[in-house]
Amino acid sequence: MDAIPYTITPREDTGLYNARLGIWLFLSSEVMLFGALFATYVILRLGALDWPRGASLLSVPLGTFNTVVLIASSVTMVFAWVSLKEGNLGKYRLTMGLTILLALLFMAVKLFLEYLPKFRHHHYPSENTFLAIYFTLTGLHALHVLGGVVVNAYFWGPGAKMWHVEPERFTNRIEIAGLYWHFVDLVWIFLFPILYLL
Amino acid sequence: MEHSHHDSHPLPFWRKYLFSIDHKVIGIQYGLTSLFFLFFGFSLMMLMRWQLAFPGKPIPFLGKFFGDGRAPGGIMLPEFYNELGAMHGTIMVFLGVVPLGVGCFGNLLVPLQIGAPDMAFPKLNMASYWVFFLGGLTMLVSFLLPGGAASSGWTSYPPLADIATIGQTVWLLGMVFLITSSLLGSVNTITTVLQLRTKGLTFMRLPFFVWAQLVTAFLLLLAFPPLEAAGILQLMDRLAHTSFFLPSGLMVSGRPIEASGGGSVLLWQHLFWFLAHPEVYVILLPGMGIVAEIIANNIRKPLWGYRSMVYSVLFIGFMSFIVWAHHMFLTGMGTVISSFFQATTMIISIPSVVILSCLLISLWGGSIRTNTAMLFALAFLPMFGIGGLTGLPLGLSISDIHLHDTYYVIGHFHYVVAPGVIFALFAGIYHWFPKFTGRQMNEFLGKVHFWPSLILMNCIFFPMLIMGLAGVSRRLYDGGLQYLHAQPVLPLNRIISSSAWLLAVAQLPFIFNFVFSIFKGKKVTSDNPWEATTLEWQTPTPPGHGNFKTVPIVYRGPYEYSVPGASKDFTPQNEP
Repeated sequence: MDAIPYTITPREDTGLYNARLGIWLFLSSEVMLFGALFATYVILRLGALDWPRGASLLSVPLGTFNTVVLIASSVTMVFAWVSLKEGNLGKYRLTMGLTILLALLFMAVKLFLEYLPKFRHHHYPSENTFLAIYFTLTGLHALHVLGGVVVNAYFWGPGAKMWHVEPERFTNRIEIAGLYWHFVDLVWIFLFPILYLL
Repeated sequence: MEHSHHDSHPLPFWRKYLFSIDHKVIGIQYGLTSLFFLFFGFSLMMLMRWQLAFPGKPIPFLGKFFGDGRAPGGIMLPEFYNELGAMHGTIMVFLGVVPLGVGCFGNLLVPLQIGAPDMAFPKLNMASYWVFFLGGLTMLVSFLLPGGAASSGWTSYPPLADIATIGQTVWLLGMVFLITSSLLGSVNTITTVLQLRTKGLTFMRLPFFVWAQLVTAFLLLLAFPPLEAAGILQLMDRLAHTSFFLPSGLMVSGRPIEASGGGSVLLWQHLFWFLAHPEVYVILLPGMGIVAEIIANNIRKPLWGYRSMVYSVLFIGFMSFIVWAHHMFLTGMGTVISSFFQATTMIISIPSVVILSCLLISLWGGSIRTNTAMLFALAFLPMFGIGGLTGLPLGLSISDIHLHDTYYVIGHFHYVVAPGVIFALFAGIYHWFPKFTGRQMNEFLGKVHFWPSLILMNCIFFPMLIMGLAGVSRRLYDGGLQYLHAQPVLPLNRIISSSAWLLAVAQLPFIFNFVFSIFKGKKVTSDNPWEATTLEWQTPTPPGHGNFKTVPIVYRGPYEYSVPGASKDFTPQNEP
């Protein structure tokens, strides 16, 4: 008795293969992490004497642009998975590559057009609790984007070798990476309105 | 597959024992590391006990080694006392008891008891241990920093923790490692239990230990992230000078601090206790699981009320998320909130009582074997009972006004953790030792370990309840010497301290027994020396790679002892 069962095929009663259950559990933990930070935002804002409108300090057009970029990357991520289901590695490389590029575009906008100009104008997290929670939430989110880029880049490059040996397992891996990526996208969809619009 | 490939080649030493992906090796790594930390954390406390029993007297023998920064002339400075206190709590909880109960016993036994070849994600399992190890190392190294290790209590309450020395920053980094490790571990445990249960092992046939580990894993998975969030916010406060936990107009040493303000100190407490109350059950449940297994095995009859125990443990898991603010009755959060948390706290005591009652009633009419493991398991029942019952006055917001932050609290939770959970963990070590080494621990030395430990534990923690009722604060560096109301109970400090040092001596037979038995203990002649029913005893001894020779199929519940009409008094789960 050696091999661990249900690494690729789903177990009948749960309907899941191991990693798929694993990623959902991981994401539930992530929900609690960001949930606690969103709760922090609410508590700080309720306790504040005055709270700046997001739009007065942040650029709504840039935020909107980044929201579109991230949603687009989620769409290409789905295409990457679908192209593997269709058995088309070339299309996978293209769509996965696009996902990574869009994520990098998001990061570049965040860093060069939002963070650095803020620092140049001496707006630091220490200025007030709004900027503090803004930098903490978006910074932690950016770390998650970065993590996704690293994983996706691995699956785009060296990790794709698995396709030739165990295509089904590789497809599953992309599905797992995709679930994570959609979660990162979803976090931003909550971050954008509460920080930029409300 | 990768696994069958591994079997054909003997692995090099570093892959087999150091960076192993075998759940048994990882479990043992967790076990040895956490036993080391338990002893280390205990030593920190023994130093504190000197200062409490003999305030202002030089520490004998060891005093000169701490240097002028910590103990000039061998006399402990208050800062050093704080450092010891904070690190004793941190190490015992996060590096001692939890990794022993969850990392060691969970890893060793869950796959075996559910008939699985390994954990669902072996590489994550290895990563989990090494990240834990890094976290432990970070905590140890923090003692060498200028200003020493963290000294704001294991709870790290701001604003104190926000303005503390660099040790606090390193403490937070260490916690990030430990939280990551427990995240990886809990994802692994849940997936393993849900996905890798062998054929025929339905949920109501799971050993109670597996249920306890499953609920524990859910608590770790969902309760730790808010503390991680809080840790990130405190790191921002310390490194980026934000004011998440610094209120406006805060004065330190008579001067206003340089910060924007606008933060909330209560926010930290909420986020911290949102983890730390479920953490109490993370500490407790694996111990309860161990005790249930050992009692069922040694009474030779089924556990009474297995189903109600399972439903109780699930209910505990759920309720533990909505009781946290009973740690905060005195923070001024308001009577409405206090009433809510007081009600939930009273409710959560019910399932604990159900489990304890089931275990107690199980003893009725059993033919009880009193080996060392069983003695420790039996002692768990009254000790945890005292710990639990003394918690009720703390859970009521009125009586908590008097008892909060006194030695009563220390006595209460140590009854739960030390003679409660740590006894359960000892029981587990004595009980499962033969499965993983092929040898038994010495019974006589085991009893020499058990009886003094039981008596001394009570000599340590019962006087604390009395001191607390007399109103002695738990945070006094001199043990209450300056306070008039503490004078009548001051002599208790010496009884407590002497008992604590003797308790250390009483652990020597255990340490000797443990090491000696690995090499020279009595060899077991059977794979199932305790004649147990659960699957871990149906493996070779020690279980090899892949655990079972053939995939076991389960036909019956976990505790079918003394089945009427059966040829022997135990019927293993995999017997048709």
